[in-house]
Amino acid sequence: MNVHEYQGKEILRRYGVATPRGVACFSADEAVKAAETLGGKVWVVKAQIHAGGRGKGGGVKVAKSIDEVRQYASQILGMTLVTHQTGPEGRLVKRLLVEEGADIKKELYVGMVVDRASQRVTLMASSEGGMDIEHVAEHTPEKIVKVHIDPKIGLTTAEAEDVARKIGVPDQAVAQGAAFMQSLYKAFDECDCSLAEINPLIYTGDNKVLALDAKLNFDSNALYRHPDIVAMRDLDEEDPAEVEASKFDLTYISLDGNIGCLVNGAGLAMATMDVIKLYGGSPANFLDVGGGATTEKVTEAFKIMLRNPNLKAILVNIFGGIMKCDVIANGVIAAAREVKLSVPLVVRMKGTNEDLGKQILKDSGLPIISANNMAEAAERVVAAAKG
Amino acid sequence: MSILINKDTRVLTQGITGKTGMFHTKMGKEYANGANCYVAGVTPKKGGQNYEGIPIFDTVAEAKEKTGANASVIYVPPPFAAAAIDEAVDAGIELVICITEGIPVRDMIRTRERMQGKGTILIGPNCPGVITPDEIKIGIMPGHIHKKGRIGVVSRSGTLTYEAVGQLMELGLGQSSCVGIGGDPVNGMKHIDIMKLFNDDPETDAVIMVGEIGGDAEETCARWIKDNMKKPVVGFIAGVTAPPGKRMGHAGAIISGGKGTAQEKLAVMEECGIKVTKNPAKMGELLKSVLK
Repeated sequence: MNVHEYQGKEILRRYGVATPRGVACFSADEAVKAAETLGGKVWVVKAQIHAGGRGKGGGVKVAKSIDEVRQYASQILGMTLVTHQTGPEGRLVKRLLVEEGADIKKELYVGMVVDRASQRVTLMASSEGGMDIEHVAEHTPEKIVKVHIDPKIGLTTAEAEDVARKIGVPDQAVAQGAAFMQSLYKAFDECDCSLAEINPLIYTGDNKVLALDAKLNFDSNALYRHPDIVAMRDLDEEDPAEVEASKFDLTYISLDGNIGCLVNGAGLAMATMDVIKLYGGSPANFLDVGGGATTEKVTEAFKIMLRNPNLKAILVNIFGGIMKCDVIANGVIAAAREVKLSVPLVVRMKGTNEDLGKQILKDSGLPIISANNMAEAAERVVAAAKG
Repeated sequence: MSILINKDTRVLTQGITGKTGMFHTKMGKEYANGANCYVAGVTPKKGGQNYEGIPIFDTVAEAKEKTGANASVIYVPPPFAAAAIDEAVDAGIELVICITEGIPVRDMIRTRERMQGKGTILIGPNCPGVITPDEIKIGIMPGHIHKKGRIGVVSRSGTLTYEAVGQLMELGLGQSSCVGIGGDPVNGMKHIDIMKLFNDDPETDAVIMVGEIGGDAEETCARWIKDNMKKPVVGFIAGVTAPPGKRMGHAGAIISGGKGTAQEKLAVMEECGIKVTKNPAKMGELLKSVLK
């Protein structure tokens, strides 16, 4: 799960991570009031969407007067912000963060991720703040400092100070920089983050270390123990089809093709998308119905797929293990009847009671195209989608 | 032989009184030598009861002491599953297979750290388990689709493993053991660990290695294969069409920062001399083509 920048900073402040002062706003009037309350002479008006690259897209403006705050807030709220992470359709801006301006002397980078190889949380820091860290990693990997953090003792002061020095935090601020990273780790650990990225971390003219931006992602397996973070979820930032699917315990991801897929198991679901592509088609979605492909789940899955105006055909690919093929066949038929299926349906079933399942599909009188293996299924569904 | 488990393995089920634990313990008991293999169950505060004639104990340590169990399978719900692994490790269980999906990563980081220097092997979590056909099955895979033979299968996915097995069976090829290592980012044994076991197993002739997007465990395994593997290996990687930054069902199946793509994994595997297919319907045929 993702949160907005202002929410991420709110969480981080609870753990003592220093950030500029700021206020979340939903209108230009609120933005003006926020700037007046914050005081000072310079403010930053920042679009709040769950995507990076907001500055380049025109979603971040520096205001040097209250009038400018009003002007920028009015411009940004309601704009469709297009960045390299939003896709060409962009994202509608509904929230702003108004922050006090900061006197930036140097921009640095600090991030934390779960590293699979070491099976630890890994701190990555760099002197190259404000840039895409993947770019830095590819072109100047020597500028990235890494620490695999021992979960028993956390990030030690010695480790944090060493990192701070290596990325160019000035001597007089090393202790502060180290404390910043230790607080960030504490927040990462206690909030079950899967990613924390402070880009840039800044060093100011008055010797302060601050998080100018904050990106936090959370481990969805651990949300049950963080109701306060779940309350920050912004459904406007998520794909409605994915949200709807999650209500029925279906894992659905929208893609840009026209062949819907309904599969049991995540690996087989990916493989099904791949085989459609291999045979010249294009998958409209990833959909894992999980271990129990019940009639209710299959029906809801069909409904969600059929809401996609691009949909031209559906491929159901089920490996019946504990779940028997005859049960699945009945579920597919019931679902197809209930939703009055309007596109060609190809079904490939394999495993327990396979023959019985195929017979049930055949006897249903529905125009279901049967296939014996994944290759045949892909070939047939691609042909059906072409009409 | 076989790897990890055989007819002499003695299994205890942690979480035996839950719906999933009960169902799959019964299925395991009914498969091949299962009646001899499944010797104990563990559910706190339910010690003294029994399920299908299998005695239930309060703790793993007690179950191990009374029954001689040397492997554990875990069906405990996600909030308590990492602690269940810890308990099995502390009791000195040799092999722990954790089926549970949805364990917080932070819990697994701590559990893996605690396991350092201990003798326990962990398979999973979020995996279908392990089967040595016609001897024993531990996990949620359908037993009847398998038969004893000389092909090893290792995979991060459940149904995709069954798919590979289904294709082998159509070609008349049985399996020595099939291992689902699970779809989580922080887990126990990786492809490379299982590959080493297959390499040393005199009853395995060749291996199907099934991977998916996310991480670089497949690449690490491929490089090891290039220098050490004495048997043919074929591979498939799921997720060529997966968009970056999205978790494809499995917690660990995500392309992040341009890393962990299927294309990258396939390229490294090919460089290391592994025959790969981009067609998931051709895993069995490809394997057959490399048999001597």
